[in-house]
Amino acid sequence: MSEQQKKASAYWKENVKYLFILLAIWFIVSYGAGILFKDALDTIRLGGFKLGFWFAQQGSIYVFVVLIFVYVRLMNKLDKKYGYDE
Amino acid sequence: MSVQIWTYILVGITFSIYIGIAIWSRAGSTKEFYVAGGGVSPLANGMATAADWMSAASFISMAGIIAFAGYDGSVYLMGWTGGYVLLALLLAPYLRKFGKFTVPDFIGDRYYSKTARLVAVLCALLVSFTYVAGQMQGVGLVFSRFLEVDMTTGVIIGMVIVLFYAVLGGMKGITYTQVAQYCVLIFAFMVPAIFISFQMTGNPIPQLGMGSTLSDGSGIFLLDKLDGLSTELGFDEYTSGSKSMIDVFAITLALMVGTAGLPHVIVRFFTVKRVKDARKSAGWALLLIAILYTAAPAVSVFARTNMIDTVNNKPYAEMPEWFSKWEITGLIAFEDKNGDGKIQYVADKSKNELNVNRDIMVLANPEIANLPAWVIALVAAGGLAAALSTAAGLLLVISSSVSHDLIKKVFKPDISDKGELWAARGAATVAVVIAGYFGINPPGFVAAVVALAFGLAAASFFPAIVLGIFYKKMNKEGAIAGMVIGITLMLFYMLKFKFGIFDGGKEAVEGLKDSWWFGISPEGFGSVAMLVNFIVSIAIMKFTPEPPETVQKIVEDIRIPNNAGEAIEH
Repeated sequence: MSEQQKKASAYWKENVKYLFILLAIWFIVSYGAGILFKDALDTIRLGGFKLGFWFAQQGSIYVFVVLIFVYVRLMNKLDKKYGYDE
Repeated sequence: MSVQIWTYILVGITFSIYIGIAIWSRAGSTKEFYVAGGGVSPLANGMATAADWMSAASFISMAGIIAFAGYDGSVYLMGWTGGYVLLALLLAPYLRKFGKFTVPDFIGDRYYSKTARLVAVLCALLVSFTYVAGQMQGVGLVFSRFLEVDMTTGVIIGMVIVLFYAVLGGMKGITYTQVAQYCVLIFAFMVPAIFISFQMTGNPIPQLGMGSTLSDGSGIFLLDKLDGLSTELGFDEYTSGSKSMIDVFAITLALMVGTAGLPHVIVRFFTVKRVKDARKSAGWALLLIAILYTAAPAVSVFARTNMIDTVNNKPYAEMPEWFSKWEITGLIAFEDKNGDGKIQYVADKSKNELNVNRDIMVLANPEIANLPAWVIALVAAGGLAAALSTAAGLLLVISSSVSHDLIKKVFKPDISDKGELWAARGAATVAVVIAGYFGINPPGFVAAVVALAFGLAAASFFPAIVLGIFYKKMNKEGAIAGMVIGITLMLFYMLKFKFGIFDGGKEAVEGLKDSWWFGISPEGFGSVAMLVNFIVSIAIMKFTPEPPETVQKIVEDIRIPNNAGEAIEH
């Protein structure tokens, strides 16, 4: 493997690691909090909201937005680290 | 001034803006026509993507569906926004780096096969046509109710406008019109939401108002009141819903992967300069989408509560003006079953006297809440903006699929740039006419076909694209087998459980519910078909030759963000 290829595959590994972490959070807030554990979370209240219901109709969406911006930041940093930024 | 005059003024102003933009930004080359020349800024692209993404369904129907489905409606909220995360993380940056014009381009090149390209073209056309017919219907609905022209005239006016700027401007015209349309639609959605939220809870932010106490001094939380009203009338508790957990899970997943595979949204990421910009504009787009998507469930709660309060057990003779206006369109129907002159709105079908089409909740909401005439007119302009922006994006996919993927890549490779541009315009024109026809004469199965389109996108595109990027050794045999088996399985399940064709037709559908596989409805089955696609693709790949070295090089290349170049012509 050439130097170039080694760099590319190290970059890709870190990229995939980020994706795993971000998508794990994605799964937890929507499928976890909003569906699978909804009934349990509903016993907790957030103002007028039952917590599970809140995650399903509000919370998960807020987290999604944050996830993409975190991803943008992480990837910009990663691009710089490997010299792929423009 | 009356609502109707306000509507003429606002719709007139917004339409002139769209046409003005179209003339100013008309396309001169295929590159401008397909990808707006490739130099759109991330924020502008984010706004255009948001307008593209939020269709008549998001603006007009979604809050209404949730108002009647309660917690079960969450599948749309999580499904359509969560799918966006998949798109932003798994697809957009790599497809941008790949740098071709269309999704079938990617499938065709990555799987070095004309068959794969054709399968992808067919899926793209099917998905897009189904959608665009729905948008045209939305346009017709708004026109017929607010301008009191008939549905057909409404659809034709909409067709002419879209045709004008899609055909003239291509992607370039559409992009800048969509930026304007985003502003119109978000303003139109939020103004009444803020008004009503303040009216009902004293909190002007709808997202917070939804979880606040009522402003009538009772100190009761709005959601608790609605839960109480719902159970009192025999409905399921609003915050609990009635679908099984596995079905909610499956539908959410099918909607997520289905939306991530929508060709008209993917293509938007080809319009920015660098991979970096593609990522950033995905962030902007979801932020802008989330404003509407977090306000919509609040609107649902306000609308449902308001509606029950206004109509239930009230004398029919005392109904406000909006009630009779919607009755004319046939979207509200009252039948005095017990002859007491009052409206009974209850879950029990034999006693319920009121039928409300859920599509009208957003449009009727400002009237139900007695908001000023200009706010009501604004909603009409917003609904039109949402429908037109999505219709334009879809028409572009249809025209580029025909002119680029079929004519240029398959039938007539030596066509000139000018010839291709005219072919694209011709295809867009034909597509508008067909879409308009279906908008005026909706086939009875539109809703079912829309659900089918999501399932198809989930069962076909999504695994093929994801494997194409993340699994270097994935070959054409695996991908094609996966797509074909995924689609076939999805079609079979739909035909069996949605149309009942193997068991004696539509009437049998209710009775078949008990034999759903794993208790999953046809709407959610796309997620199962998608899993099958993944498994089949990988299994077949193990027994067939590796993809050629050149293709593996392409995959290595799209994983690296720099030197994306412009969306290349080839």
